Amino acid sequence: MKKSFFDHLLDWSGRILLTMILGFVLLPFLVVFIASFNDSAILSFPPKNWSLRWYTNAIEYRDFGKGLVNSLKIAAIGATCAMIAGSGFAYVLNRYEFSLKSVLNSILMSPLIIPNFTIGLGLLILSTAASLPRTIWLVIGVHVIIVLPFVIRSVYVSLQNFERRYEQAAESLGASPLRVLLTITLPLLVPGLISGALFAAILSFNEFTASLFVVNQSTQTFPVAMYNYVREYADPTLAAVSVIYVIAVAALLLVVHKFFRLEKVLNVE
Amino acid sequence: MSNEISPSVPQNKPQHPAVQIDGVGKSFSGTVALEPVWLKIRQGEFLTLLGPSGCGKTTLLNLIAGFLEADCGELFINRDLVTQVPPHRREIGIVFQNYALFPHMTVAQNVGYGLRTRHVSKAETAERVREALELVKLEDFADRKPNQLSGGQQQRVALARALVIRPKVLLLDEPFSALDRNLRTAMQVELKEIQTRLGLTTVFVTHDQSEALSMSDRIAVMSRGQIRQIGSPTDIYDRPQNQFVSTFVGDANLFSATFVDRDESSVRLTVGATQLQLETYQDDLPELGPVTLFVRPEQCKLTQAGEAGSIPATVALTVYQGSYAEVHLDCAAADNRVMQRVPASEAPIAGTKVGIALPSRGPAIYKLNGEVE
Repeated sequence: MKKSFFDHLLDWSGRILLTMILGFVLLPFLVVFIASFNDSAILSFPPKNWSLRWYTNAIEYRDFGKGLVNSLKIAAIGATCAMIAGSGFAYVLNRYEFSLKSVLNSILMSPLIIPNFTIGLGLLILSTAASLPRTIWLVIGVHVIIVLPFVIRSVYVSLQNFERRYEQAAESLGASPLRVLLTITLPLLVPGLISGALFAAILSFNEFTASLFVVNQSTQTFPVAMYNYVREYADPTLAAVSVIYVIAVAALLLVVHKFFRLEKVLNVE
Repeated sequence: MSNEISPSVPQNKPQHPAVQIDGVGKSFSGTVALEPVWLKIRQGEFLTLLGPSGCGKTTLLNLIAGFLEADCGELFINRDLVTQVPPHRREIGIVFQNYALFPHMTVAQNVGYGLRTRHVSKAETAERVREALELVKLEDFADRKPNQLSGGQQQRVALARALVIRPKVLLLDEPFSALDRNLRTAMQVELKEIQTRLGLTTVFVTHDQSEALSMSDRIAVMSRGQIRQIGSPTDIYDRPQNQFVSTFVGDANLFSATFVDRDESSVRLTVGATQLQLETYQDDLPELGPVTLFVRPEQCKLTQAGEAGSIPATVALTVYQGSYAEVHLDCAAADNRVMQRVPASEAPIAGTKVGIALPSRGPAIYKLNGEVE
């Protein structure tokens, strides 16, 4: 069939639009990527001389290393706690009818509406009033509150799509409710749980606003360390950090994809 | 097998019903899914719940399995009151439409699941799983995962998994609807064979009337949350007691008629200008006056036009179906086109004037109530 003028127009405008969207998404990273190799100590573009010294600086700067370890710790522990608590809440919300269900749902989802700085400030005031020490556990607590709604949603969706016939088949075969949960429901929900936990870990790792209120010198997270750095120095070290970060995350996702298939983990099948 | 047992030898089957349903009903948020139902299912009986979707058959099945809690009434399995007993203590085997095989377990693990929950020893579990897989001819597939099996094989695994626990009742929820036609027929025969051999009380849910007619000892035809008629397949097909059963099971030709007179065993009607006298089997006859006459196509005969006692009609078209031809007829006395099957070689051409001769026994008359489905 012969293509009309309009078909061609649509064809080409579609391609141009796609290119523009890709460019829009990737351009910031491209600029940062190029800037990270700039020899000059001032963030300028395009670079005149090339160097790897900011990468050396990024790796050697002690606060980054400490912040990274803190952030990984917080993300790992926080995501695990959020996954356990979130799965429990999601299960209750999905499976039971009770009078205060909508209230519980609203409370659990409220961190989506309340800004992160309010959560950070609130916990800061609370911990001061209760004279709690500002340990890493306080930061973890804040992060759990922030990522909990996302985990609950993720697990809730998995439960919603869960084929109840599996559980009924197991019940008819003589399995008690606990046995059904342990041998059928949980094993089949693993992709959903991993997805929830992974999502929580990424959110927690990126979280900055609330963390700023509750960290101190020894518990500062990676994003807070970066913020503190950029307040003092305006050199391209952060560009180098960004590049390392993107490459590390990409590598991580590749590994996840290899073992679990990313579409399944991200629930986008 | 049963031929060898003379009638005087008492069968060692218990006489009490395998399942007794006493006024069990269920509504969902105000909508009645199942009106209170009374039903006794005999030991070893293959009982089919037949009806269109939304007729309450699946609700009744779920109530027997214990997945739903009855609003009213009592349920007994082998004389034990189980109304309040959770599904995992009812000892019921169930095969679902989509089989619901556990995707994270092998075939053998699936079949053995019900034995592990009963803490049967490892050796006995292995033995019984092997036997069950042998029964469904899948002994070579024990280590496969469900997704490596064809639909028919998955269904056999589901059946083996339900049978291995030696259930008191086997429930089948539209188990054939996901299979293609040839496989479906083969599986029906196989299932019926296994069921008869084990003498297993079975409740089968389907919307497919031919499945119901071919497999059942008794059929309960359901619509709108009620059992409309219960009886053997012949009862249901040859002696439908109401309009719903007549039209839902099998084909029916419908004629507008006037109910003129009745005596003990026969009724007199007029269809158009034709006078008819028919024997009736119906428990409930409608009042005299306008009625609708239901006749199975294979009970009618095509005759020469104008033959005494026949209803005049004109051939609208004939549809060749291989071994037979469908003749569609326009008939002044019929609400819709009348359909007849004749040997393909005898099919009249369109436009031919013919007569439709009705049998003297078989047709039924009902007052139309808009319930034709």
